[in-house]
Amino acid sequence: MNKTYVSYNNIVSSLGFNSDVVVENIHNEVSGLELIDNKNVLPEPFYSALINSEKLEEAFQKLHPKQEYTRLEKMMITSLSKVISTSNIELNDRVGLIISTTKGNIDALDENNLFQKERAYLSELGKQIKDFFNFKNEPILVSNACVSGVLAIAIAKRYIQQNMYDHVFIVGGDIVTEFILSGFNSFQALSSKPCKPYDKNRTGINIGEVAASTLVTNSDINLTKEAVEIIGESSCNDANHISGPSRTGEGLYRSMNSALTQANLTAQDIDYISAHGTATMFNDEMEAIAFNRLQLQDVPLNSLKGYFGHTLGASGLLETIVGMHSLYNNTLYASKGFETLGVSKPIHVIKKTTSKELKTFLKTASGFGGCNTAILFKKINPN
Amino acid sequence: MKTNYNITSYCHIKNNHISLNGSVIFSEVHTSFSEFIKAAYKDQNTKYSKFFKMDNLSKLAFLAADVLLKNQNLDLEKDNNIALVFSNKASSLDTDVIHQKAIQHKDNYFPSPAVFVYTLPNICLGEISIKYKLYTENSFFIFERFNAEHLFTYTNSLLATHKAESVLCGWVELEEENYEAFLYLVSKKEGDKEFNKQNIITLYNT
Repeated sequence: MNKTYVSYNNIVSSLGFNSDVVVENIHNEVSGLELIDNKNVLPEPFYSALINSEKLEEAFQKLHPKQEYTRLEKMMITSLSKVISTSNIELNDRVGLIISTTKGNIDALDENNLFQKERAYLSELGKQIKDFFNFKNEPILVSNACVSGVLAIAIAKRYIQQNMYDHVFIVGGDIVTEFILSGFNSFQALSSKPCKPYDKNRTGINIGEVAASTLVTNSDINLTKEAVEIIGESSCNDANHISGPSRTGEGLYRSMNSALTQANLTAQDIDYISAHGTATMFNDEMEAIAFNRLQLQDVPLNSLKGYFGHTLGASGLLETIVGMHSLYNNTLYASKGFETLGVSKPIHVIKKTTSKELKTFLKTASGFGGCNTAILFKKINPN
Repeated sequence: MKTNYNITSYCHIKNNHISLNGSVIFSEVHTSFSEFIKAAYKDQNTKYSKFFKMDNLSKLAFLAADVLLKNQNLDLEKDNNIALVFSNKASSLDTDVIHQKAIQHKDNYFPSPAVFVYTLPNICLGEISIKYKLYTENSFFIFERFNAEHLFTYTNSLLATHKAESVLCGWVELEEENYEAFLYLVSKKEGDKEFNKQNIITLYNT
């Protein structure tokens, strides 16, 4: 089968509006998380990583919008426009669009929102993005809880290998809303402090917002310096519980195992794991068990939730992009918030940002509904 | 495009009817979807208590899947590699509205985890996976309308790359009293309906 690559990319986030700036901030262990006290959103103060509204507006207005757009649409369009323009790919009938989101314009359901309730349909979000850029094909929206962003990459590869498209642009995003915060808070999953994935003293998750975009392509011409090849991908359900992960990590284990088999690799071939690490007790423990079942306990891993919070439908895509830069920069970035191992099985959490030659990385994610996704990526440029 | 796969069975739930492979197996007029799906559950002898805590989208998707899967005589002690590829237009909006109502007014604020968890469309895939022990590929897509071409391409990809031996695929749409489920099973097994885009469209419209 033909090879498939992940190439041009962009991140619009609290840590900057392009991937290089964002990765530089991660390198310096700068977190976008801050304490927010907004009683309209949540009765108690909470930690979140929010995109600066003025900066977003400024960046978005440069694209000369001709109508009103929602906050999420502005984030997604701003992010995707950079990837489309730098890739220089003509948006013809061989180019697909995948949008990854869990809740889309869910804020439109709020009585006080300026937009009509109809804007909350995910298909309407898809239409807005498609029309802004004039994509020729219908958008494909993926809404598969917290694996959406990484699953979108697997789906792009599959469509390309079925010869439906040559290139697929993916944009992933979700916004921090009262809808989401109140829901996670009702699960008592929100932390009142900056989150600490895998740490003994972890107290739950922070929710953040990001829009991330990338190009998935079958062409090895004009790839970016940090481009990677997708060498294995899989998504397996826990078949256990709709809101809690499997205690044996079954779905994640199967996802990673299947991705390794497809790539014809073993645990020893993986240089780095970009893990999910939400900093809830059950999630982090489940991951540690699944990694151990595959003898991945010695592979350096991090969770980027300490920099951005959990960015839901964008998270898997965001973390894949950072992973690509990690490979290119030959650098393992510190898993922010981690001090002392707080899971029952040994795992190698990166405490300090360090240089190391890297060739291959594994990206994993897990979410509500028992879903799990794992993708293996290989560096193209041998630097 | 020719494939080696067949559509081995299909199910519709709409307009107070449930049909399996084109024949009506349950029909009762009810004033609401909730009453209809409860009556269907009883009639089909489903016996799965978790059904009653599901939201309406999950009930619809679960029952349609159950009608098809219980006829497969699956051995749940073994791995059954049946992927789930579902789609709709309204995502989980029906339950989203319920959660929004619970948080809209601060003097009447009662968000509940039992509701919130269903504000994701893929939860219905989890419900089906739990019942039938499907440790398999799950994807939920949103399209403006039933999109046979995308479902065909994605299913084909899962089968051709051996990610799945069969795929349970289709459309599960629910918003207030408007509901429609159309699910079909695709595999290498014998069948008189070849798996292709035209046959998917034909069956969808029956």
